[in-house]
Amino acid sequence: MGNKKAKKRSMAAEIIQRLVRNKMAMLGLFILVLLALGAIFADVIADYDTKVVAQNIANRLQGPSAEHWFGTDEFGRDIFARMLHGSRVSLVVGLISVSVSLIIGGTLGAFAGFYGGKVDNVIMRIMDIFLAVPSILLAITIVAALGTNLVNVMLAIGISGVPNFARIVRAAVMSVKDQEFVESSRAIGASSVTIIFREIIPNCMAPIIVQATLSVAGAILSTASLSFIGLGVQPPDPEWGAMLSSGRNFLRDAVHLTLFPGLAIVITILALNLLGDGLRDALDPRLKQ
Amino acid sequence: MHKYVIKRLIMLIPVIIGVSFLVFFIMSLAPGDTARTILGEDAPIEAVEALNEELGLNDPVLIRYARYMGGLVRGDLGTSYKSGRPVFSEVMSRFPDTLKLAFWGMVFAVVLSIPIGIISATRQYSLIDSVSMVLALLGVATPNFWLGLMLIIGFSLHLRWFPSGGSEGWKALVLPVITLGTGCMANITRTTRSSMLEVIRQDYIRTAKAKGVSSRSVIYKHALKNALIPVVTVIGLQFGSLLGGAVLTETVFSWPGVGTYLVNSIKAKDTPAVLGCVIIFCICFSIVNLCVDILYAYIDPRIKSKYK
Repeated sequence: MGNKKAKKRSMAAEIIQRLVRNKMAMLGLFILVLLALGAIFADVIADYDTKVVAQNIANRLQGPSAEHWFGTDEFGRDIFARMLHGSRVSLVVGLISVSVSLIIGGTLGAFAGFYGGKVDNVIMRIMDIFLAVPSILLAITIVAALGTNLVNVMLAIGISGVPNFARIVRAAVMSVKDQEFVESSRAIGASSVTIIFREIIPNCMAPIIVQATLSVAGAILSTASLSFIGLGVQPPDPEWGAMLSSGRNFLRDAVHLTLFPGLAIVITILALNLLGDGLRDALDPRLKQ
Repeated sequence: MHKYVIKRLIMLIPVIIGVSFLVFFIMSLAPGDTARTILGEDAPIEAVEALNEELGLNDPVLIRYARYMGGLVRGDLGTSYKSGRPVFSEVMSRFPDTLKLAFWGMVFAVVLSIPIGIISATRQYSLIDSVSMVLALLGVATPNFWLGLMLIIGFSLHLRWFPSGGSEGWKALVLPVITLGTGCMANITRTTRSSMLEVIRQDYIRTAKAKGVSSRSVIYKHALKNALIPVVTVIGLQFGSLLGGAVLTETVFSWPGVGTYLVNSIKAKDTPAVLGCVIIFCICFSIVNLCVDILYAYIDPRIKSKYK
């Protein structure tokens, strides 16, 4: 038992060590920690009511200055404050929608991979149909049908990510389901559900973690895309894509309206991709070779 | 080979039926009364009921779907609530513009990405490799609608080289094509590089080199053909994101394609138009995937030999 724990610990330590040695992944992690801290302490740094939604027409379209680091928008609101609060939306939508994809897609994929045969066939053919709709189009369709609010956006992006997780978890489950530890678990009378969730899934977390990290990036991009075409977060609530959309009308005179929110999206997605790539290399060094 | 093509063509039918049902079902979940949307909030309840009956909206979703598919086969996607014109002709009149954008976007992506990917792989860890990989990473992380806005600021408003909207002439095509193609280009570059790296370490490449075959010949005759298989997969998959991206790119550049029509239809709550656009996009995506699968068989002799 002690040995098993020591082995587990050393494996985890090895993975962390490999991740820490990857400078790009660490850069990604550093950026994400900064973003998360900004999102958590957004209210402390910039008050929502007075700086984010309250209009001040006298201050409209001011360029970056010591007082307004990223300038002000067409209603005189501080762009930095709005971006800071917007990061909450992006990160929350990213995390929740990926959780939706992971729970639904992961469960479906695990059952398909574990049972095989007809169950696998039915589940995966349904997933094939979902995959035949480009994910952003699926999200647009769901939001267009259900209405534009944050819950529907999370649901739409979450559902559009289901088939990817189903495929990955299915493949991972299939690769370990015939191993001895599964056999022994079955021999001591464990139920199928117990075997799947307590034995198999913990042993195929590597591809799931990588996919989840990369999917958060995709979800943030989808949220911004939906908001950009008016289907996501509605004004006056701040969201990076919605800020870009309203900044479109001032491209000539106030570039900062579109420049900074766009950079925030690029940097966040870049950080998530760097971390995702780093995690993949750390969890499965064979891939790197 | 014909057997393979026929088999894939037959498999396309259930996919199209499934996709159209999925989209139809999602759209049928839309809250609110369609007849009231058409007639307006002040319309009397009798008129609303009568219109719902006339449009067959009181029928169960499966019956409505069967009726819709019957229409789709005959090229009838219903009537737009907003314009009163057939959705099929509305979509088809805009489809060539979207196709033009998607085609040139893909050409832009493929023409640049494959040579960059090959050079990166053959000169691994060189300056050119590092620069192209950083650019590819940025390309993947940049939302195309933001890139479009930045290109408009730089090349339209400041330099005045290209127009910021419309679809007249080749100049109007340049910025939307770069906007749409950049993300795909980045993805294909990364795939080409990693696929080439994998292939050039294979024994048969070493053998070819040992036999004195020139580097150029080794890369282009021996390695590239084998490295192309995963690249073709990514190109096929990227076409889906290209169609999704077209919706955003068209919005940025006021491009008169299906994407702009879709966004305007969503804003106008024009359900038949939204449904028609999404279904046409999905059918198009499925057909491209079919073409990619067939192309596979031509590139990969292992698939070809199975169906001889």
